[in-house]
Amino acid sequence: MHAVDGVSFTVDRGQTLGIVGESGCGKSVTAFSIMGLVQPPGRVVGGSVMFDGRELVGRKDKEMQDIRGREIGMIFQDPMTSLNPTLTIGTQITETLRRHLGMTKDEARKRATQLLEEVHIPNAAARLDDYPHRYSGGMRQRVMIAIALSCNPKLLIADEPTTALDVTVQAGILDLLRELREEHGMAMMLITHDMGVIAETADDVNVMYAGQIVEHAQTLDLFDHPEHPYTEALLAALPQIEGEGVREGRLTSIPGRPPDLISPPEGCRFAPRCPYSSTDDCHLIAPELREIRTGHWVRSQHPASERAGQTVGVT
Amino acid sequence: MSEPAIHDGREPLLSVRNLKKYFPVKKGLLIDHTVDHVKAVDDVSFDIYSGETLGLVGESGSGKSTTGYCVLQLLKPTEGSVKFLGQELTTMKAKELREMRREMQIVFQDPYASLNPRMTVGDIVAEPLVIHGIGDRSSRRRSAQRLLEVVGFNPDFINRYPHEFSGGQRQRIGVARALALNPRLIICDEPVSALDVSIQAQILNLLKDLQQEFNLAYLFVAHDLAVVRTMSDRIAVMNRGKLVEYGDAEDVYSNPQDPYTKALLAAVPVPDPRKMRIRREERRKLKGALAEPV
Repeated sequence: MHAVDGVSFTVDRGQTLGIVGESGCGKSVTAFSIMGLVQPPGRVVGGSVMFDGRELVGRKDKEMQDIRGREIGMIFQDPMTSLNPTLTIGTQITETLRRHLGMTKDEARKRATQLLEEVHIPNAAARLDDYPHRYSGGMRQRVMIAIALSCNPKLLIADEPTTALDVTVQAGILDLLRELREEHGMAMMLITHDMGVIAETADDVNVMYAGQIVEHAQTLDLFDHPEHPYTEALLAALPQIEGEGVREGRLTSIPGRPPDLISPPEGCRFAPRCPYSSTDDCHLIAPELREIRTGHWVRSQHPASERAGQTVGVT
Repeated sequence: MSEPAIHDGREPLLSVRNLKKYFPVKKGLLIDHTVDHVKAVDDVSFDIYSGETLGLVGESGSGKSTTGYCVLQLLKPTEGSVKFLGQELTTMKAKELREMRREMQIVFQDPYASLNPRMTVGDIVAEPLVIHGIGDRSSRRRSAQRLLEVVGFNPDFINRYPHEFSGGQRQRIGVARALALNPRLIICDEPVSALDVSIQAQILNLLKDLQQEFNLAYLFVAHDLAVVRTMSDRIAVMNRGKLVEYGDAEDVYSNPQDPYTKALLAAVPVPDPRKMRIRREERRKLKGALAEPV
């Protein structure tokens, strides 16, 4: 099964790339592949990951361990299970500092306090000696961010960092991530299923569907002029918090469900659910990702601007 | 708190008054004693009229699901009154209560945990009929087929098992089961929070259609404010066991009164990057209203 198939993109320093898609579209597998964390029997069968001028695919585990944590930080969805419940918060932060930066115990503890302060945990020095169960979900995610940032990584990969959190806590974490990205000049890859989170954080967006990138654009352009029928449908299916007549109206739903990746459709992978896939071509020929206007890429034979018979939003 | 619109003197279908649910916090080894209470639901009152939806929103631990369970008497309320069709449920005997439950059903959050994997879909959907002794085997089978059709399935699916279905399809089965007894009220406890956006829209549309067709009332419990907005006529906002805001959906969303509601609304990420910038500013101003629990 090809969980991720022919995915290419770049993330620049100081930029946030959002990756959005529904369950099983391959967004997390993409991140795990970059980190060299794909669990056997899964493997990266081809492709290249260039990080800061170096190739990551095919490196030994030992070399990747030095890169992970030190140069690429990662935070995960579930702050409840990514911390070890039997170790104090302090131990878990200093572990990384001593492993990667060779700090002494005292140095590491001092730095750990600074890090907790940086992620806005009140009374940081005292709270180092607490165990994770004394921290709320949002606080634990702050600790995970502190650990991810401890070695000043150049790239931070955040995989659904706020999905398990309440909306008010989520807002705080997203604000924190933005603040830290600016301070540290990091690049960030933010993986989410939530178009709202994308609108809030990302400079550029990859929309993924069935293991492929189906659209790539700057965030504003994507929301103003979505091109791929899937992106359009996804945005239309979202319930709105503002606007009139929402109670009386129906939501635009996407019929069917995503294809089975063990035997994906031969042609366009969205064709079975696409309202514009009337032609045989759609079901037979797999479309390539093409640049429909500067910086806006789409994998479809029927992007919005071509359907209308005119180009829109050229800037 | 703004009072909800008057319903032309109609009697409410469900009337909840001063509902409380306290869970004791116990200490002691052999002989334990109650040292404190967790006030999961603390003095909550609201009404639901037939054919309408009351959205009950709040964050985790706010007591919204517990309120739903107390309405159904799946949890015994500590105090307060729950009147359904004019009858008091809190003092009812088990047998009478079972009769009342024909009129009020529930759809659960997790479509993977709420369907028995060893039962066929037909048996799952028809189970409420068995429990209430309605019909015989063949009429129940016909009912199950009809119910599956109502939620958009092929009636032949009655012989299949839950594992053959995706999350969204399972939730349809859960809805079909809730409809089996032709109830007046369905409590929807986070019915779409386990589902992807494209599937979520299908289920929400289904619930809207069924409401129209069968004049159903919903108590729609959810944490997603946008989802609640599209479903609800009126809104009740809970925070730490208390009802902090209660009113017409339009009013609550466009002109929230309680500081918690304001902060909650400002925190929702909207799929519009331009609006997001404005919202971020608003959020900064409201920061004081929200102290993250430590």
